[in-house]
Amino acid sequence: MSFLEINDLKVHFPIRGGFFNTIQEYVYAVDGVTFFIEEGKTYGLIGESGSGKTTIGKAIVGLEEPTGGEILYHDKPLGSRRARKKVGYNKEVQMIFQDVLSSLDPKKRIRDIIAEPIRNHEKLTDEEELEKILTLLNIVGMPPDALYRYPHEFSGGQRQRIGVARAVALNPKLIVADEPVSALDLSVQAQILNFLKKIQKDFNLSYLFISHDLGVVKHMCDYIYIMHRGRFVETGTRDDIYNNPQHIYTKRLIAAIPEINAENREEIYKNRIKVEQEYREKESIFYDKNGKVFDLVQISGTHYVAIKSKEDLKNVENNIA
Amino acid sequence: MGNEKILEIKDLHTAFRFQDEYFDAVDGVSFSLHKNELLAIVGESGCGKSTIANSIVGLHDKNFTRVSGEIIYNGKNIANYSEEQFNEIRGKEIGFIFQDPLAALNPLHKIGKQIEESLIYHTDLDKEQRHERMLQLLDQVGIVNPKRTANQFPHQLSGGMRQRVVIAIALSCKPNIIIADEPTTALDVTIQAQILDLLTELQNEINAGIILITHDLGVVAQMANRVAVMYAGEFVEVAQAKELFSNPLHPYTRSLLQSIPQSDLVEEELHVIQGMVPSLKNLPRKGCRFAARVPWISESEHEENPVLHEVSKDHFVRCTCWENFHFENEGGC
Repeated sequence: MSFLEINDLKVHFPIRGGFFNTIQEYVYAVDGVTFFIEEGKTYGLIGESGSGKTTIGKAIVGLEEPTGGEILYHDKPLGSRRARKKVGYNKEVQMIFQDVLSSLDPKKRIRDIIAEPIRNHEKLTDEEELEKILTLLNIVGMPPDALYRYPHEFSGGQRQRIGVARAVALNPKLIVADEPVSALDLSVQAQILNFLKKIQKDFNLSYLFISHDLGVVKHMCDYIYIMHRGRFVETGTRDDIYNNPQHIYTKRLIAAIPEINAENREEIYKNRIKVEQEYREKESIFYDKNGKVFDLVQISGTHYVAIKSKEDLKNVENNIA
Repeated sequence: MGNEKILEIKDLHTAFRFQDEYFDAVDGVSFSLHKNELLAIVGESGCGKSTIANSIVGLHDKNFTRVSGEIIYNGKNIANYSEEQFNEIRGKEIGFIFQDPLAALNPLHKIGKQIEESLIYHTDLDKEQRHERMLQLLDQVGIVNPKRTANQFPHQLSGGMRQRVVIAIALSCKPNIIIADEPTTALDVTIQAQILDLLTELQNEINAGIILITHDLGVVAQMANRVAVMYAGEFVEVAQAKELFSNPLHPYTRSLLQSIPQSDLVEEELHVIQGMVPSLKNLPRKGCRFAARVPWISESEHEENPVLHEVSKDHFVRCTCWENFHFENEGGC
């Protein structure tokens, strides 16, 4: 059962200018995306920088006011701040950030950082609160003496754990993870990913995993959304996206990932050049005249592709074959 | 690949000062770079890979660092060159590409001027020739409208364009050596692929030797001729790229390759290297530096003073612990 539904979400940023600082134009950061989130699942949101993936994340946690569309939480619309508060939404949806250091107040001790959401939403005595923080630190594998230290005293991986501890403090249902591992080294990245998976099982969490690293997303996510120019170009299960990509943009992304195999370098290179060329030639089939992505069309049970009509897809396939 | 050596580094030590004590961040690294070769140095942050690069072109503050050992370029040891002497070769014979192009470019000058700057220092071209060369360089790095870009400021360009400009500056005097320090880390995969293709293409044109510093093993697998894996200030494994990826030997290399999320089995946990990289001050200076991270390997497997052994042709591995190495969850022998 899905508990969060996003219907035709739009976030447009005005560009102001001119003599009276009037609105000249809009940036269509997110331009009509629809998806839903079920319990205990991980959703991946992939796209290059500027494709609007972070904006979706921010709109979901309420850091960005949507221009259009609606977000339904247990079938109740979340329009205003008050509506969010009424259904306890702020408690249920948390976020972890890419640059953890800037998301942790440098003047606060770890105890206060983790206590902040608890103090906002729950009424606990000091002892109860301390006990809760200690359990949280234990869950994320940090020693109790971390309580009275400051964020700068920790390494990147440890800071990310503190961010996670703060996010899970209120037993949320959904965590929006915005590039949680892209600033970390390989071995630390592996630690954090394993650990995110572990707490997912323990708490029955859902993740919305925002990343540009297709390897990480492949490892983590059940269902994947590929974004380009503020819209979804292809959505499907991991299997659909990686083994049967249909949209030319998805193909291009996958072809650009450097494979960890030095053997058939030439082949990979040639394939990439081929896909790149195809991307340029076939642009008109996958994007309309203004470069806008078409609406999604269902091509199998779970697999959707943004294309004008299904026939076009067949034509493309024939051409390639 | 040409066999002509253009750079040779012998027993390089670069030490940083903490309260009147020096600690080696690069601890006895030796390698050579050949013409038209791409040598990749991989390792995690803090292992000393960028320190090597900065030592080669003398970018360290002499008050806080001590560089010893030999860096032989053109038959001369440049390790302890003065600032003036470095200015002669920096930019002219050794080009440098940084990770963050926005920080490498001056925000107050137009792109054209910044490219011409190194031409003023290092060539005797007159104003018109410089301008022409500048446009030619921009064209060479795949910028569609060189004339327009030359008149823009760095903030007006996208990340990929900026990195192209930085590459154009690095190439301006046709250097013999290009040092690329994480050139694509800040870029999207599609742009990364373009920039890497561009680098390979240009390398073939000017026959330069490239030192590519990165932590991305995928990039290394696609680009490098030879790979050096670095851990805690030392090279732990050096081999041809194909050899290294098909037959990794050192425990660190193997652990790194294991920890990359790429398997189709999602239920599988990623491999985690135990413990942490020791800080510079607490680095064990004796014995195998990786020993603390693989505690299940008995001490007798490690060498007392680990050195690089040539285990097969051109494949060097430090220490002897790789011979009977197994991951903790595998049954050992």
